[in-house]
Amino acid sequence: MSSLVKSRLIKFLLSLIIVSIAVLIIIFNLRDNIIYFYGPTELLKNSDKQGQIMRLGGLVSVDSFQNETDSVFYFSITDGKNEIDVKYEGILPNLFAEDKGVVVEGVYMNDGRFIANKVLAKHDENYMPPEVIETLKKSGKWQGE
Amino acid sequence: MYIKIKNNHIEFIKSANPYLIFATIFAFVIGLYYSLFQSPPDYIQGDSMRIMYIHVPSAWFALMTYSILAGSCVLWFITRNPLFNVVARSIAQVGMVFTLMSLITGSIWGKPTWGVWWVWDARLTSMLILFFLYIAYIFLWQAISNKELASKISAALAIIGFINIPVIKFSVDWWNTLHQPASISKLSAPSIDVSMLIPLFIMTAACFLFLVTVSLIRFRLVLIENKMLRTSSL
Repeated sequence: MSSLVKSRLIKFLLSLIIVSIAVLIIIFNLRDNIIYFYGPTELLKNSDKQGQIMRLGGLVSVDSFQNETDSVFYFSITDGKNEIDVKYEGILPNLFAEDKGVVVEGVYMNDGRFIANKVLAKHDENYMPPEVIETLKKSGKWQGE
Repeated sequence: MYIKIKNNHIEFIKSANPYLIFATIFAFVIGLYYSLFQSPPDYIQGDSMRIMYIHVPSAWFALMTYSILAGSCVLWFITRNPLFNVVARSIAQVGMVFTLMSLITGSIWGKPTWGVWWVWDARLTSMLILFFLYIAYIFLWQAISNKELASKISAALAIIGFINIPVIKFSVDWWNTLHQPASISKLSAPSIDVSMLIPLFIMTAACFLFLVTVSLIRFRLVLIENKMLRTSSL
């Protein structure tokens, strides 16, 4: 290795270290702005978030879904520890279901309820044919949602 | 470390070209047949999940191609062997196409699944940045007429832009995103059924062949381009 190549290599490694430290600092500090949604527990911990427009995500709680009319819906979003009640007026996406992932956008009210104006269905990382799910459920091995 | 491209290497690449094109088309035909007819629909998403068979390989190769691009730019920076510069310029366009494919197919999948074409979550946004990085790399090299300078600036951009690759990969783990986490590369068993892994792997092989074929054609073009630049500057 010639001395020229060696000096370039050292310069390169030094700049690499500096840049990666800079990026780590940026990513660490931007964490709150980068996340797409908050979970119920995170939202309940920060009462200063009340009255603000934001996104809330989690699973739709089992047996929580009610519809007042064809376009007004009530349900709660859970992360396993805490729940937040949501009211939504509009059209639900096809994949919306109880015990499935969902992200809602709207206002976190001062009384702790969430008024959503947009509902997005969140898909998990499982891909299975319907027959396999049936077999897994029959044998009691299905651990998915 | 100094590797020189000889004429018989180029002749070999040239003679392999028709076979590679044939193999690519063959793999895509088999892959699409398995994707569309020989695999079951998903238990929730139904048939729309079949977009995954092109979306996932595109996204993988978008990241892999950029890693090779940044890697060859690093090697070029340190050794100044022109071969690495040629490699980087050969694969940039294919990588851009893969990124665009994954963005478009993801958008088509997002509408029926999430209910929206696009959201500004960390995964989607960082993938869009990757697309812009590819464009910037290609454009910078073409826009600067002093090619020594052009190589330096575009290589610097490609190397700094590599920061984006781990951000894309781990965005779904670090931050809450609408995009689901990885199904294949997680430590436990993949959460995709075997009947769906077969078309996915055939399509991955097809995309790999596409990458190799187009890059090698580009490789010969870049060499010709270099030769023309050298004669015109004399």
